[in-house]
Amino acid sequence: MNSKPVRMNSKPVRQQTADTPFAAILEDNIDDLYDNAPCGNLSTLLDGTVAKINATLLQWLGYTRDEVVGIRRFADLLTVGGKLYHETHYAPLLALQGEIAGIALELRAKDGSRLPVLVSSTVKTGGDGEPQLIRTVVFDARDRRAYELELLRARQAAEQDRERLQNLVSALQASLLPHSLPTPPAMTTAAHYHMASPDQVGGDFYDLYPLDGDRWGFFLGDVCGKGVEAAAVTALARYTLRAASVYDADPVAVISNLNTVLYQEYRTSGHRYCTVVFGVLSSPAADGTRTAHIAGGGHPAALLTRSDGGTSYQDTTTGPIVGILPAAAFTATSLTLHPGDTLLLYSDGIIEARSGGPETMFGQDALREAVSTAATANAPGVIAALISVLADLGDSVDDDVALMALGVSGVQQP
Amino acid sequence: MVVLSHGFGCDQNMWRHIVPELSRTNRIVLFDHVGSGRSDPAAWDESRYASLDGYADDVLQLLDGLNLQAVTFVGHSVSAMIGVLAANRNPSLFSALVLVTPSPCYLDNGMYHGGFTRDDIDELLASLDSNYLGWSATMAPVIMGNADRPELGDELTNSFCRTDPAMAAIFARATFLSDNRADLAEVSVPTLILQCTHDAIAPPEVGAYVHERIRDSQLVTLPATGHCPQLSAPEATASAIGRFLARST
Repeated sequence: MNSKPVRMNSKPVRQQTADTPFAAILEDNIDDLYDNAPCGNLSTLLDGTVAKINATLLQWLGYTRDEVVGIRRFADLLTVGGKLYHETHYAPLLALQGEIAGIALELRAKDGSRLPVLVSSTVKTGGDGEPQLIRTVVFDARDRRAYELELLRARQAAEQDRERLQNLVSALQASLLPHSLPTPPAMTTAAHYHMASPDQVGGDFYDLYPLDGDRWGFFLGDVCGKGVEAAAVTALARYTLRAASVYDADPVAVISNLNTVLYQEYRTSGHRYCTVVFGVLSSPAADGTRTAHIAGGGHPAALLTRSDGGTSYQDTTTGPIVGILPAAAFTATSLTLHPGDTLLLYSDGIIEARSGGPETMFGQDALREAVSTAATANAPGVIAALISVLADLGDSVDDDVALMALGVSGVQQP
Repeated sequence: MVVLSHGFGCDQNMWRHIVPELSRTNRIVLFDHVGSGRSDPAAWDESRYASLDGYADDVLQLLDGLNLQAVTFVGHSVSAMIGVLAANRNPSLFSALVLVTPSPCYLDNGMYHGGFTRDDIDELLASLDSNYLGWSATMAPVIMGNADRPELGDELTNSFCRTDPAMAAIFARATFLSDNRADLAEVSVPTLILQCTHDAIAPPEVGAYVHERIRDSQLVTLPATGHCPQLSAPEATASAIGRFLARST
């Protein structure tokens, strides 16, 4: 009987007659299969001492049978890190489950070289169910490990790319918002931007800026859609509003101008419409009162908290969505802001958060409730209360949210 | 009252072979450390659990939360040192410590032989990286967040000792790079040290070192091999703990 291993590539495959395959199978006896299998075979006592090992594994390790059997434990054949892993994971799991499969370890050969392998073990029990020995098979995993390293590198590259993308997105998002919100005399102001996804730039925007004297322009809007194309339109909308208000701060003129600019792009693939509230704060009267002249296109109603604690939505939606009609008609409305009053502008991301499951939105009532129960009713207090609402809503906020609060404090600040 | 605290690499399942015996005469508390087993992933905090102090704080919080006193704390492997830190911080809560295969320092350091070098620990971290042991990013929240519904995780290969590899790597560093030798002298409660005849992680010299440094301690060498005598020799382990409990409480 031929005891030499049959090597697949050693000879060209001959044309076989009808009875040769049968003869070859007869020749492949069990002992030879064990000893020269294309994997390592190993049996150990329960304490890990090697009791039986096949020729394939000995050849990989470079040891003779006498150097291993009865002398070394399975863990001794591993690298030190592998031994630690064996003692903390492999052996406990094997003891608990009676088997363990496909664990990646490294053998350490006699000459110090390392061989990546995949190892599986089962505990053999006797008739009484008591464990007797551990049977282990070891597969050469050099190619597999090289492939996994490629996967690991690809994953690391993907993570780096994602990090770069997120940096880019947050930089782009920041460029669409004021670096810091100014505080007009005798007012409090605060704003917050909540990004729904770190991977995508959103289309919400806001600003507050001086016009002339102590008059201030402000706006908050939402370009439909997300991503770079929406961001381009957001930038266009923001600069169009600011530039137009420099020439003529009449809110109807400013918002009509934006409507014309956005509508000009109507037939292009980059066309986006938006909703916006634009306003001008007048210089304060002697008692600190300011008037806000406002025009709004398709945007949710602003929320006004009075100094006496009453909180109500104001009719600030004075025209259609901006950019979809060639000649949209907008009107203006005026709000009087007394000392202690705070006006909140917001985008629909907060009221459309799916707070009660897919069917239930957070809604305007809950927003009013949150604002009216804010610990402090000035602008920073209102924004702080809503930041904590957003934190509680968590993942149910699936769109970006912009918030800006303008409060008249009535006390001239130094 | 006996609190059983698992070590690095597994979870409270480590104790399942000795719990039946110990629970005949004692009330038992089992738990998974944060970052292991079925602990709540939301409780994970990378900086808190980067050192053994975070785990020791958790043990004290656990005793406080369950209003436990006169506790015998049984800590395996790294949990032995977690128990030492907790008992040193508030000795009044502990009546005894059982340190199963402890090591106060795994790294070689001058004349002290912990058994490992920094490179060895890096090798272990690489092993962790290439073996997710049944953990998958998509299944993890299901497994870890549903302690009351273990069947949710049954489709994965290994039903015990699943760990998020990122958390395991931080626990591994906290475990194998810590040096708690100075804490041993502070131990003021009766202490039993259990070691095995052959243990690749905590060799007998390290067990002897721990015994020498803890004043009121006794050292028992179990006729067992490996690092986990509660699995490889559960009867001997349970009876050694049982004898100690009978004498110390």
